[in-house]
Amino acid sequence: MPAPYDLNDENVVVIIGSGAGGGTLGNELAQKGVDVLILEAGPRLDYTDFVNDEWDSFAQLAWRDKRATGGGWRVSKDFPNLPAWIVKAVGGTTTHWAGASLRFQDHEFKTLTNYGKIEGANLLDWPITLADLEPYYDRAEDKLGVTRTHGIEGLPDDNNFKVMKAGADELGYKECHTGRMAINSAERDGRMACQQTGFCFQGCKWGAKWSTLYTEIPKGEATGKLEVRPDSMVLKIEHDDSGKVTNVVYADKDGKLQSQKARVVCVACNSIESPRLLLNSASNTFRDGLANSSGQVGKNYMRHTTGSVYAVFDKKVHMYRGTTMAGIIRDEARNDPSRGFVGGYELETLSLGLPFMAAFLNPGDWGRSFTTALDHYDSMAGMWIVGEDMPQEQNAVKLHAELKDEHGMPIPDVWFTDHPNDVAMRNHAYQQGIALYHAVGATRTMPTPPYPSTHNLGTNRMSENPRDGVVNRHGQTHDIKNLFVSDGSQFTTGGAENPTLTIVTLALRQADYIAQEMGARNI
Amino acid sequence: MVTIYTGKPGLSRRELLKRGSAAGALFVISGSAVLLSATESWALETSALKPETMATLIQMARDIYPHDQVPDRYYAIAVKSHDEQAGKDPAHKELIENGIADLDRRSGVGGYTGLGWEEDRVAVLRQIETTPFFQTVRGGLVVSLYNQKEVWPIFGYEGESYSKGGYIKRGFDDIEWL
Repeated sequence: MPAPYDLNDENVVVIIGSGAGGGTLGNELAQKGVDVLILEAGPRLDYTDFVNDEWDSFAQLAWRDKRATGGGWRVSKDFPNLPAWIVKAVGGTTTHWAGASLRFQDHEFKTLTNYGKIEGANLLDWPITLADLEPYYDRAEDKLGVTRTHGIEGLPDDNNFKVMKAGADELGYKECHTGRMAINSAERDGRMACQQTGFCFQGCKWGAKWSTLYTEIPKGEATGKLEVRPDSMVLKIEHDDSGKVTNVVYADKDGKLQSQKARVVCVACNSIESPRLLLNSASNTFRDGLANSSGQVGKNYMRHTTGSVYAVFDKKVHMYRGTTMAGIIRDEARNDPSRGFVGGYELETLSLGLPFMAAFLNPGDWGRSFTTALDHYDSMAGMWIVGEDMPQEQNAVKLHAELKDEHGMPIPDVWFTDHPNDVAMRNHAYQQGIALYHAVGATRTMPTPPYPSTHNLGTNRMSENPRDGVVNRHGQTHDIKNLFVSDGSQFTTGGAENPTLTIVTLALRQADYIAQEMGARNI
Repeated sequence: MVTIYTGKPGLSRRELLKRGSAAGALFVISGSAVLLSATESWALETSALKPETMATLIQMARDIYPHDQVPDRYYAIAVKSHDEQAGKDPAHKELIENGIADLDRRSGVGGYTGLGWEEDRVAVLRQIETTPFFQTVRGGLVVSLYNQKEVWPIFGYEGESYSKGGYIKRGFDDIEWL
């Protein structure tokens, strides 16, 4: 039975957000006997509620609260109020994610050391190494049921992957397969195998893709130590005179303000909302926002260097049939500055349905050059670029100076401009993707601009020195002992890999640390 | 009742009516205005916008996202919401009516639909593509045209697949030409 906790319960660990970070941390702590309350801004759905329809699903799941944008990125021009395509529902963006589960590479934890000082970039080494995370990566892969780990079979080759693989062979790429995916290739952990339905981004209606919604959360609830309170939008974290956080203020499902006491608070609302909440929690003691003595809260916003390449062939492909992202080329993920940029990128299969293809292929474009591409929708193949972008201090999530949401909280203002290294990497990836498809007979290729961000990272970064970042090696804020950050905003740098596996890994590690510190009465 | 024949610019109203009747597809629908197609069995009634405005809007929609294999009725459905919105919001009505009037003005004597070649109509659209009018029409259309389930098969998109058990036995890996 899920545990209902009283608003005045001072012993409860309050986690804000129920996605990869918050949902995992909540279950792990509950398994250890810790009292946990997860406050989730969105509603609770069941996976059977998901819809195989892009726009309907967007309306059902996406975080659509108004946001503002600025800076040089094209998203700010095409989608000025939609900087990110993430989810507001129990399970967070693990309902929407593609499932790609890759470990960071060793060198990506030490970017300042390995890449050197780069003008305009705010590079910093992580205070932890791959070796520190390996045991937790191992547990995370097992928990998520990641294919090609722990003896789990890879997913079968779908049409889109077959085109990618043929092109990869032509180009001489060596590491191309159907990915390390948190999608069951066979029944596992009480969840069924992938039925090749497509619509992975719209929530898996079979439950074959791992999401905290139907794994971590019910498992945590079964301990009797976890309560998930949906439709609860946290507006402020409050503290006492000693500087310890004591409670959070949230708007409940009726918009009424409630105050929930807490022994420990863990912020896991994704890299836009997490810094927004810390900044909005400014007080007389912490005038620049909570945990912000470094001034780095909200700074160094990263979104991965992304883009897509779609190609048209003179024969049918039907790329939308099957798992959306079960295909990867890892050869370009290495750090090889001779390519004209530091860091690396992955190439992963991707498809959009016709409605989203029309919206995202070349936003704002119209006329025959655009529509003749769509005319061949069933003969298209596609891939997505995911590469390491440079942290830059001016790329930031700020509180909007004027606009407020329905609760009176300033809306987030998301600023981003590509670093020259990001541009060079994207252009290289476009070239490779275009060459790959032409090698298998594409008659037309389309380098497609980045979509609204799905990988939001870095806005409460981890640092050895409290001067350089917001949290320590355990995600504990440097300034406040009982305040933690438990999502991708902890990332010191972004790596080339899809971030979810690392978010889960950090949450597993953090759960051990929080339980230990609570046991020792340090928090 | 006003009847406008869509798709064939430059005909007089009398000719329109005559052709409509001759084709035997004339719909008689009560109301202030009716757009109809003589060659296809569909009709569109406007309530807030002038029927001529709607006819031009349909042509404009096709010129923005031209797909020769997609019949007019889908473009008509895609822009119909502007009539509904114009009925509720006078500012929207003004935006559309003024926008179309401007389009006609820029197009010369026969108006926008009097320009016979798509290329010539597109040249006029290029002049106004940064205006709120154009952006409103295009921005709405990219959803309202491509999100019609009836349009998807024309592009070979199969839509929802869960109820059919996904593609695991229906061709997720059926590519043969590689």
